[in-house]
Order: sequence, then structure tokens, then C-alpha cells
Amino acid sequence: MIARLGGALLAAVLALGAADPAAAQQRQVRIATEGAYAPWNFTGPGGQLEGFEIDLANDLCRRMNARCTIVAQDWDGIIPGLTAGRYDAIMAGMNITDRRLEVINFSRPYAAGPHAFAVMPNSPLRAMPGTGRTFSLATQEAELVAILNQIKPLLRGRTIGVQTATTNSAFLTQYFGDAGATIREYRTTEEHDLDIAAGRLDAIFAAVTAITATAEKPEFRGLAPAGPLMSGGILGRGVAVGLRKADADLKAAFDAAIEAALKDGTISRLSEKWFKTDIAPRS
Amino acid sequence: MDLAFLADCFLRIVPGIPMTLALTALSVSVGLVFACLLAAMRLSGNTLLDWPARLHVFVFRGTPLAIQMFLIYFGLAQFEVVRTSVLWPYLREPFWCAFGALMLNTAAYGSEIVRGGLLAVPCGEVEAARACGMSGFLLFRRIVAPIALRRALPGYGNEIILMVKATSLASMVTLVEVTGLAARIISTTYRVFEAFAVAAAIYLAINFAIARAVAALEWWLSPHLRGAPPPAPDLRLAH
Repeated sequence: MIARLGGALLAAVLALGAADPAAAQQRQVRIATEGAYAPWNFTGPGGQLEGFEIDLANDLCRRMNARCTIVAQDWDGIIPGLTAGRYDAIMAGMNITDRRLEVINFSRPYAAGPHAFAVMPNSPLRAMPGTGRTFSLATQEAELVAILNQIKPLLRGRTIGVQTATTNSAFLTQYFGDAGATIREYRTTEEHDLDIAAGRLDAIFAAVTAITATAEKPEFRGLAPAGPLMSGGILGRGVAVGLRKADADLKAAFDAAIEAALKDGTISRLSEKWFKTDIAPRS
Repeated sequence: MDLAFLADCFLRIVPGIPMTLALTALSVSVGLVFACLLAAMRLSGNTLLDWPARLHVFVFRGTPLAIQMFLIYFGLAQFEVVRTSVLWPYLREPFWCAFGALMLNTAAYGSEIVRGGLLAVPCGEVEAARACGMSGFLLFRRIVAPIALRRALPGYGNEIILMVKATSLASMVTLVEVTGLAARIISTTYRVFEAFAVAAAIYLAINFAIARAVAALEWWLSPHLRGAPPPAPDLRLAH
């Protein structure tokens, strides 16, 4: 009797397990984000991760039929953490660059926004040449460099903040390394925001989406882009999911999911929600 | 092991060594003055002097240095009063904020080491000096200070070495020192082991030099502990 009951129980358990084949096939994906780069990804008041990339990751995971866990990881160790296998993907406002492609792989881009200097309202740098115009370093470099050369003398002796190991810091080093300005590298964008509000910095160089989000907080009121809005070239070829080179099938899954999310307008909708503007890549 | 990359790392980290040394030297030397002052306040027997010193030690020894540095650099800058004060030209600069945090921290630890050294001076020595007619500053200079210095030196040597390592936190407030440069190499090359191994070797070399210097100072200050030199052979016996 007991043996039969046990047998029935075992059969029931087996049947339960078999009844959900999707669960058995579900891919486990661990996604790392910085959690300190509003509104892309940040830590909300309750300690939970929020932002454009958190919403997007959840949407992509649904499309890939994957069970995702999102973890926070400091920016300066985020690529070594991926290659060491501590997680499987990076969604942290990371641009595709040649340097990063030497070490990791990227999905197709899911966002592409411009970068710019930003200054506080009372700054003499407010009306830098090129303000309000948009340039691509990939196709209009000569025209842009002419404007940057007019900006250079204005920055002499000034202090500019930038997040370390970003396309932004690479841009400053390449185009303003000889401008006679002090380039101060910060671990997070939040820290250089604090320092420009405190008056320690004359300007910051960051993604316009991040500048706009910061300017919405009362203590940073009036922070605004100055000079041209720039993208492409050393500033990267768009924001994408960072993946290990060996994980070709995970890349294929992300590519397909991003493609679908672009096509049905999900990415544009999330972009409008978080950035108040559509930064879905057009290509 | 990629020797060419290690050499490249070394050359890129070397420019950070002056910052590490400057932070250490300045905070340790100014911190020592403060430490002596705090120890004197603790031993003064005056409650009004004793308690502020106790409070300083309690606060700076009881909280992490990283938090002290963040509080001084990012925290104080939040207040309009601080940003318009006469101290702002200094607090504005990451160097002086890092120096301030390191100095106040080592002053707290150092004061306990100095106090311990002073309390370790045997009463008998002081009584003997008094019996010989010494008092006041003469007694302190000839008897108390030399003994206290010898007692405090090994502990203080530790403190200097801890300070060298503590300067690695200065990269948090954007200063470009050894650890900060190593982290920067990692974030562009993604090779963690080589860059940190080179940084570790640099700290090891600095601390080796400091440990030897402190040991030499100890040796020089303790002639009475060294055995008498062997007597010169008496050549007359050879005849």
C-alpha cells in the first residue's frame, strides 16, 4: 500500500515536472548593470534597480523566453566581471567601441544618443561655439573638429569632469588632451554631477540623456548642454548588450529580441518614458 | 606571463607614485604633530582638554576612512556655508580633502601610540631623574621623551605603513595615485591581474623602504640594547 502510494506520488511529481517543458528549456541569463546611471539604470529609493535598461532587459528576456536576474556591478569592473563569468550580459549604457570589441562582443545597438559638454546656468561657458547643433564624428569629423578647435581656448585652465573608462573620457583625451584643461575622472556620473553643482568643475562631458535627467533634480536645476551635440566615431556606435565572445547563441537571441522590440515600437516607447525623447537607433 | 605588458603597466603606474608619497609624507608629518597634541591633551588631566581629544579618537578610529573621505569631499561641499567659507579654496581641491581625511585619521591612531609610549616610561626612571634635580622640560627632553620614543616607534612604524596603503583610497576623490592608475589600466585593457600585481609590487617596495628606515632608526636609538663590541685581541699575550 505504502509502496503504491509512494509510486503514485513519484509519478505525480514526474508528471508535474514534465507538464512544464518551457521551464525546463528556459535559459538562465544574468545581466549586469551599473545601477548609478540615471535614467538608463539606477537604484531607486527602495534599493531596487530601475530605469530604461531594466525595463528593456525584462522585455527582451520575455521575448527570449529567458529567466533573467539583474545584478548591480561597479562600472570600472563591469567588463572583467563579464569575461570572468560572473554574469552573462551587460546592459549599462555601454557603447560599442573597437577597444571593447577586442575583449567582448556586442548585440545590435538598442539606443544611440548624443554626448555633450554641460555647464551650470551661471557659467561663462554657456554659449560655446556650436551650441544647439548636432554632429556625427563618423561622417562630419572635419567640420566638428573646426568647432572643437574654437572651444579649446575657452577651456584653458578650466576643470572638466568625466566618468572614467567611458567613450566620453576617451573623447576628451583625444580631442581636448592638449587644451590646457584639467580632466578629472570620476567613478560614476553622479559624482561629477555633485562636483559641478558644488562649483569644483567648470564643465562635465556626458551623454545628453544623463545630463537631462540630472537637470531635473532641484539641486542641479539649470544644468544644460553647451556646445555641439556629438555622436559616432570615438564616442561609439550605439549602446548595445555586452556579451562574451564565445556566447554566439546568446548574441543571436538578444539580436532577434532587440530587432523585434525596435520593430514593434517597444524601445521607442520605453525611450520616451525614461528620456522624454526617442533615442532608438535608426538604421 | 606577458612581460612586455607588465613593463607597460609599470611605466603607466609610475607617474602615480609621487602622489602616493606626497599624500603619505604630508599626512603622516602633520598627523604626527596633531597626534602629539592629542596625546598631551589626553594626559593633561584637564577634562576640558581630555574630552575633545577622546571624542576625536572615538570618531576617527571608529569610522571607516573611506567614509571620512567621502564625507569631507562630497559631503561638506553640499553645504552653502562651506562653499562660501574661507576654507573652500582648500576643501574645493581633492588633494586637500584626501590629505585632511588621512591626516585626521592618522592623528587619532597616532595619538594612542604616543600616549602608550609616554605611559610606558617607568616611574623609577622619572623618580631617579627628579632625585638628580631634573624637572620640567629638562626631565622630559632627557628622560621621558627618549624612552617614550623608543617604546612608540615599532607601533608608529606600523601606522606609517598603514598610511601608505590608505592613500589608495584617494582615487575615490579623483586623485591620480598608484591604485587609481592601476584601476584605469584595468578599465581600458580589462587585464586585472597584471595591473594590480604591478601596483602591489610598488606598495611593497615603498613599504619595504619604510620598514627598513624605521628599523634603522630603532637600532640607532637603542645602543644600550646592543651587545658590547667584542674586545680587541690583546696582542701583548701573543709575545
